[in-house]
Amino acid sequence: MNRNNLILYIGILIFGIAAPFIFPAFKVQLSILCVLIVLATTWNIQGGEMGYNSFGNILFYGLGMYLCASVQVGMFFPLAEWTESGGEKTFVHTPAQFFQGMAVGLIVAAVVPTIVAGLIGYSILGLRGHYFAICTLGLGVAAGEISGGIEIIGAGQGFTTPPFPDVGSLDSRGEFFYFLSFFVLVLTFITVRVIYSTRFKLILNAIRDNEDKAEAMGIETMKYKIVGWMISAFFCGLAGGIMGGLVGYIDSTDVAFDGREMGVFMVLMAILGGKGTLWGPIIGATVFHIFKEGFWTFFLGWQYVALGVLIVVIVIYFPEGIMGWLREKYPERFGEVVDEKDRKAQVELK
Amino acid sequence: MDFMVFQYPMISVQACLDGILLGILFALIAYGMALQWGVMNIINIAQGDLVILGGYIAYFMYLYGIHPAWGVVVSPIIMFFVGIAIYKLVINKVVDRDLFISILATFGISILFMQLMNFAFGADVVLANSDYGTTMLFNSNVVLPNSKIFSAFISILFAICLVIYMKKSKLGRAIRATAQNARAAKILGVDTEKVYAATFGINAALCGVAGALISITFTIHPYMGLPYTIRSFMIVIVAGLGNLPGVAMSGMGLGVFEEFADYILGTEFRIGSVFLLLVLILVYRRFKLSRKREYLK
Repeated sequence: MNRNNLILYIGILIFGIAAPFIFPAFKVQLSILCVLIVLATTWNIQGGEMGYNSFGNILFYGLGMYLCASVQVGMFFPLAEWTESGGEKTFVHTPAQFFQGMAVGLIVAAVVPTIVAGLIGYSILGLRGHYFAICTLGLGVAAGEISGGIEIIGAGQGFTTPPFPDVGSLDSRGEFFYFLSFFVLVLTFITVRVIYSTRFKLILNAIRDNEDKAEAMGIETMKYKIVGWMISAFFCGLAGGIMGGLVGYIDSTDVAFDGREMGVFMVLMAILGGKGTLWGPIIGATVFHIFKEGFWTFFLGWQYVALGVLIVVIVIYFPEGIMGWLREKYPERFGEVVDEKDRKAQVELK
Repeated sequence: MDFMVFQYPMISVQACLDGILLGILFALIAYGMALQWGVMNIINIAQGDLVILGGYIAYFMYLYGIHPAWGVVVSPIIMFFVGIAIYKLVINKVVDRDLFISILATFGISILFMQLMNFAFGADVVLANSDYGTTMLFNSNVVLPNSKIFSAFISILFAICLVIYMKKSKLGRAIRATAQNARAAKILGVDTEKVYAATFGINAALCGVAGALISITFTIHPYMGLPYTIRSFMIVIVAGLGNLPGVAMSGMGLGVFEEFADYILGTEFRIGSVFLLLVLILVYRRFKLSRKREYLK
């Protein structure tokens, strides 16, 4: 890591810590942005680096959301009665109970999806190309439909997560969730940064470029694919747990296993930013979130129409994303040596 | 869990017959999917939404006092042009690209259609009532609505017409040639661009027929599209491309599976079980293929 990068990272870190105090009105939005960046970055491990376009990371996100809330409630109160009464009316968490529950809940929300990813990974990741994409799409929707039929976690009427306890100042809820999600974001970034600088990333890229050849070179591709998916699942679960607390209400198909919104968003953000790059998903998520929050209000009621059009336009006209565009424009900055003669020859050929 | 199906054999018979009649409809949609997949190498996630749109056309005719069965004639004609429009606007830009691009682009179209239908027609579950009455079988232990029999009959009729058209007509031959080898077909003077447009149009028209029949026999709702896409995808991967008897058989099998899942697990898990079955089939297929690969080694 050179000096400039270090300064950049420290600058971003300071900005991240100061952000809720600079923009006090946008705390919730900033926390959602952190969660979105986490989702896009972890999707990029599959979709960008490994070439496995997954629609199913939403499974771990929703699983984490339900698990975190269930543990948080179930540690202190009977879960069935809580969901039946619609939550906060009968039982109230004390601050100590809330934070303990949140901590244990987040650990469970991170660990269980990781185990699930490891268990189903062997069967699912053996699928190639579009079969993998459709299979994971099916997994996400199936999870939503099935969890919508389970009584103990609220079935169709939803699950109210424990409300934030009264700890004095009014701003503390926003700050708590912001710093929690920012912490997870930093953790994700460090993990991804570290694994992208090791052999692991090269193996993932080899799988993307030609899996059979990678196997023939003696790489146990399945092992690496599963580990990659488990890393994604870990952070998706954490992000889901935080998002559950932040939204305050979990519905099986509209919040948790929301393939139509969050499940597509993570793919779209990664593609918009440029898949297969470290910064792409982060830039993509930021641009997308600003666009979404800025313009959604103009399209009120029409936001899904706008989303559909946006998907088609990005996918067709902008598949390389922002980073890909920058790379084409300023190849020197990405450490690529451009031979002027060679480029001219190519232009003439065209 | 409810195992009444196995205690009363008549319920099983009912479920089987319902499933078969439903499955024929699924097979019709799946045939359209196999067609475009084989010819253009495109997986169309918006397939189910085209079906629902076709259903709404029949429903609107019903609202204006025309018998909804006429939807079977009108809906494919309108849907054919809708299909061509979608092809010209979006699909022709993704035809020779990566398959994932087509999946994502059609996913976008699916979301767009879903929401536009929600605005145009409202979020209610609707049904075009055909007043066809019912048929009683086995001492009135098994009740079959005539509309289901009608829809199965019409589906078979359309499928047969399409097969004959593909075999005999000039365009049908061009489509089959393009499916075999697009490049060679182009060299031999087939306008592949036109063939692609026609294929997508025919697929949309098939969806229109199926949708009109679904609006008569079952119910339609703007958000119900995706399950139809998944069902047709499933049928196609079980049967394989270009295997029409296989498509019909696996369509009926899926229909029977769904009816039994409905009885045993309960209606709330019906859609979930369809998606779960998709995952199971894909995983089964993966292990079967991997065994073959090891064998080759």
